[in-house]
Amino acid sequence: MSSTIEEKAIWSILETVTDPEVPVLTITDLGIVRDVKINGEEIEIIITPTYTGCPAMDMIAMNIKMALLENGFHQIKVTSVLSPVWTTDWMTENGKQKLKAYGIAPPNPKQQVCNNDLFAPAEAVQCPQCNSYHTHRISEFGSTACKSLYQCDDCKEPFDYFKCH
Amino acid sequence: MKEALINYTLHLADTTLILAQRNSEWCGHGPILEQDIAITNISLDLLGQSRNFYQYAATLIGGDATEDSLAYLRKEREFKNLLLAEQPNGNWGQTILRQYLYSQFQYLLFEKLQQCNNEQLAAIAAKSIKETTYHVRWSSEWVIRLGDGTEESHTRMLKAIDELWRYTGEMFVPAVYETIVDVSALKNVWLQKVNIIFTEATLPVPEKAFMQTGGKEGKHTEQLGYILTELQYMQRAYPGAQW
Repeated sequence: MSSTIEEKAIWSILETVTDPEVPVLTITDLGIVRDVKINGEEIEIIITPTYTGCPAMDMIAMNIKMALLENGFHQIKVTSVLSPVWTTDWMTENGKQKLKAYGIAPPNPKQQVCNNDLFAPAEAVQCPQCNSYHTHRISEFGSTACKSLYQCDDCKEPFDYFKCH
Repeated sequence: MKEALINYTLHLADTTLILAQRNSEWCGHGPILEQDIAITNISLDLLGQSRNFYQYAATLIGGDATEDSLAYLRKEREFKNLLLAEQPNGNWGQTILRQYLYSQFQYLLFEKLQQCNNEQLAAIAAKSIKETTYHVRWSSEWVIRLGDGTEESHTRMLKAIDELWRYTGEMFVPAVYETIVDVSALKNVWLQKVNIIFTEATLPVPEKAFMQTGGKEGKHTEQLGYILTELQYMQRAYPGAQW
């Protein structure tokens, strides 16, 4: 295979690797695959963590290796780089749609939010169930490091919000 | 030069690890569910930061060193964490105050560190400062809520200041290996920030106080031994045990 064809094949394999904590998202939806390098026989996948303490990162690295092994690649190296820093703006539009369909409110565009004033009103987040903006934040920290907990005042459904980061 | 960098990286790693371990003791014991989740999330952020620092230290040290060997197999005197990080949780107010005093400092430190000419330390700081921003805001709000809350919560915050203030001076006294960021230059800004929050919280900023130091050089309060006993138990009892 020529290296561009090989690279395309690798990207399409990466598109099948999902986030173990939010299985509806693939790692390419999340925007955490930064580069694919082919050095002769060795394939290097460069990823970047979403959150510093995200426990899913080790598992994602392992799943990348497994997926590539299953598809006949052997020498695989997964390297994690921190810079430039990942933000929720790196998530693809497709990824955001999938999150919403899954019942998790996708991150608002970053420039609208990230208000660090004390006791600042919670940002307006749309309910993924009924689309109402009449929602309130229950907790800034949620079930995983990347989410906060909201509740809809109209349909009363509590939901996770993939918070701006 | 390289030894100084290793020691500095370990100092950053140890402080974040020990504070993460302390905060994690709240898991399942928080005053309400949302705040239980908040403090354990903060713990997780700090643990993630410490892993990044340990991983970098391990590459600098080379040989058999790994993030795990550095966290699990070093002794008390080798730990270089700030004394503030190892202080007991006490009540919720004391935990909040410890977090606030540290996060406010960490924010100023990482602001500088992300601009330093060591690429990896700068990258870790740039990555972490977003989380630290949350920690500062969350803990500031709680200091205000409790300080300006009921008579009971106010009294407890006064007691917490009494317990913890003496460990804050150390943050601004550079260790010999601490040359990358001049921490002594952060003191005034830190005090100004603390003043704003304490004033809002109707709490006094102590003027003169004895400051305990030593953590950066491995001289700890009696607390650290107990923390390591629990933290390192598995690897000490069953060397090489894997999850």
